[in-house]
Amino acid sequence: MNVSNFTAESPDPALENHQPLGGAIVTKPFMILGLFVLIGGYFILRRFLFGMGDVSHMSNGFPIGTWVVLDVVIGTAFGCGGFAMALLVYILNRNVYHPLIRPALLGGVFGYTLAGLAVMIDLGRYWNAFNLLLPWYAQINSVIFEVALCVMAYVTVLWIEFWPAFLERMPPAFKKRFNLHKMQIFLRRYMYVFIALGVLLPTMHQSSLGSVLLIMGSKLSPLWYTTWLPLLFLISALAMGYGVVMLESTLVQRAFKLPSEAALLIRLSRVGAGLLTLFLVVRIGDLLARGQLGLAFAFDRYSILFLIETTLFAAPILVFASKRRCANSRLRFLATISLLAAGSLYRMNGYLLAINPGNGWTYFPSAPELLITVGVVCLEIMLYLIFIKTLPVLPGRIAEVAGRPS
Amino acid sequence: MDLERRQFLRGAAGAIATTAAAVAAPVNEAAAFGPREPKTLPPKAVGMLYDSTLCVGCKACVTACKQANGKPPEQPEALAAWNQGTWDTAEDISGKTLNVIRVYQDGNMSQKDREQDGYAFVKRHCLHCVDPSCISVCPVSAMQKDPVTGIVTHNPDACIGCRYCVYGCPFNVPQYQFDEPFGQIAKCQFCNHLQAEGKLPACCDVCPTGASLFGLVEELQAEAERRLAQKPGAPYEFPRGKLGGDRPGHEAPVGEYQPHVYGEKESGGTQVRYLTGVPHEKLGLPELPDHAYSAVSEGMQHTLYKGMIAPLALLGGLVVLARRNAKAYHDEDPTQTDDEEGTR
Repeated sequence: MNVSNFTAESPDPALENHQPLGGAIVTKPFMILGLFVLIGGYFILRRFLFGMGDVSHMSNGFPIGTWVVLDVVIGTAFGCGGFAMALLVYILNRNVYHPLIRPALLGGVFGYTLAGLAVMIDLGRYWNAFNLLLPWYAQINSVIFEVALCVMAYVTVLWIEFWPAFLERMPPAFKKRFNLHKMQIFLRRYMYVFIALGVLLPTMHQSSLGSVLLIMGSKLSPLWYTTWLPLLFLISALAMGYGVVMLESTLVQRAFKLPSEAALLIRLSRVGAGLLTLFLVVRIGDLLARGQLGLAFAFDRYSILFLIETTLFAAPILVFASKRRCANSRLRFLATISLLAAGSLYRMNGYLLAINPGNGWTYFPSAPELLITVGVVCLEIMLYLIFIKTLPVLPGRIAEVAGRPS
Repeated sequence: MDLERRQFLRGAAGAIATTAAAVAAPVNEAAAFGPREPKTLPPKAVGMLYDSTLCVGCKACVTACKQANGKPPEQPEALAAWNQGTWDTAEDISGKTLNVIRVYQDGNMSQKDREQDGYAFVKRHCLHCVDPSCISVCPVSAMQKDPVTGIVTHNPDACIGCRYCVYGCPFNVPQYQFDEPFGQIAKCQFCNHLQAEGKLPACCDVCPTGASLFGLVEELQAEAERRLAQKPGAPYEFPRGKLGGDRPGHEAPVGEYQPHVYGEKESGGTQVRYLTGVPHEKLGLPELPDHAYSAVSEGMQHTLYKGMIAPLALLGGLVVLARRNAKAYHDEDPTQTDDEEGTR
């Protein structure tokens, strides 16, 4: 595949033509996802009726469980596709990647919105959640306060950024009646403000998700506890953002037999390789500077987690940095999976697996607790499928979609 | 073409410069990062001296605490067979138990306050840190430290139940009621309501041996140092209830203390002091540095978000770049020209 076909100066207009995918919404995979959503819904109901202890294994030693770590800390990193692509396209002016923006944005919309839903399930006193917005309760030294407000603001920005997709799809008569074309013009004219916010806000809260752990001190293994946590969380969130875009593009292209975006993805993977290298340089450099690298080879629980995590971070670099290996779509796909697994494991280690609250506390999630997390993720995928089928999200040239499998 | 190319290159150069600045700023700041100034003990800080060698494990303090704070007895499932709701058998502090006496056991447990072949008691409750993590992490100011007495209180009407106070407390003190549909955070508030009436905290009030002793933190520190200076086994008049109060004390031999007043410097200092015969880490009192982790965390936030200057500067750069790049792009976009007139 000749990469130089795509140049920044002249984006291929055909690729820019976002179109709804069309096709049946209620398909077999959709029903299976729906089943998991129902199961999750049942346990969510139980959580609200009987308390969190009824469905979850969280304890006062491990008060943060999979709902926060999988759905919020890892889930929002998976939702960083929109952030990562906006940075590349609108800030670094790499227009060539423009076709990837809207699907990435949609992934962000659901990743973040459903992280918000998961938080509402997880909050022990959810009826007080509004206090976060009341200035007289604000506690500005709190990292969580920054994360909460920033994520709320970003969810709003994501929906605004995505709103043109709705407007484009609305019937002209409807738009006329509610004067929506004015809104369309307004959004188009000032979208750059929301784009800028859409880069700033994730920079802030993704790094803050690292700062959250600074309070853990000696409860967190020194292999993870460092004042560089915010930078490491930011870099890995960006890398995961590009990873998610590559994964989503590959999966959607295969499932719906769309034209391949391989040339773009190969280019994008080089950005990923750069970020992963930067991450490892900071990570290992920090361990050396603090003189804690020896712990990595103690071959205890933390050392093994660290070694697995670091291998997962390093492996994709070998693929992404090599033109030959990267051209192999299977290798590239595996490398993408490895990148996402690395970022996820880094977050899980920092928040759960490398934590020792002492006093013999241990944590492993219960089945209902995990099924709630699974239900939330399935809901996310269902909504994504509905949206790409009914709204102009994916690039055009999909006239030949008839007879696709799902 | 040539012009476009030049334009692009100029744009790219600008973009790279801004990104470099955006990345460099936090990196520089993080490199120059230091923890925030440590906090100091409030003027009339009250606290408790717990002397493990005086404690006889009667658990009168646990019962009194439950009565004073309206908490139910607790029966862990493992003990339910012989405990038919008559005994309070809390194993640790929990959503229903604000303080508890735990026991250390080793070998044949033949002697009290000895590490090997011995046993020892320890009391668990809030240490009312000088620089508390729970206050630092709480997003809605539900945790408060009294500016005069230094007591750390919790306001359930503010609390959203995020449980970061539970997560972040170095002593694992705040406890969320996981088995309640409308659970709240439970923690020792040093019987704030009783102190307002001029009474003692329930646990210190009922302690028969003075193992839990109420007083001003600085006086308690002096008392702890006095006990450490005594010869083990020498007779000593131990005050009960309140240090400097009018209650009669009782005479007992001085214990064989570990030469360390736990709680004085741990985690930036606390308002509770522990004297123990067994090393504190064996009693579940963790080894902690002299600084509070809240100072590290807040130092980071105050560096990155000082006056919101860095975020606003970054936003400014992003707006300028996004405006130019989005505009350049949309001007040549054939699909987006339908009703856009007069935007320039």
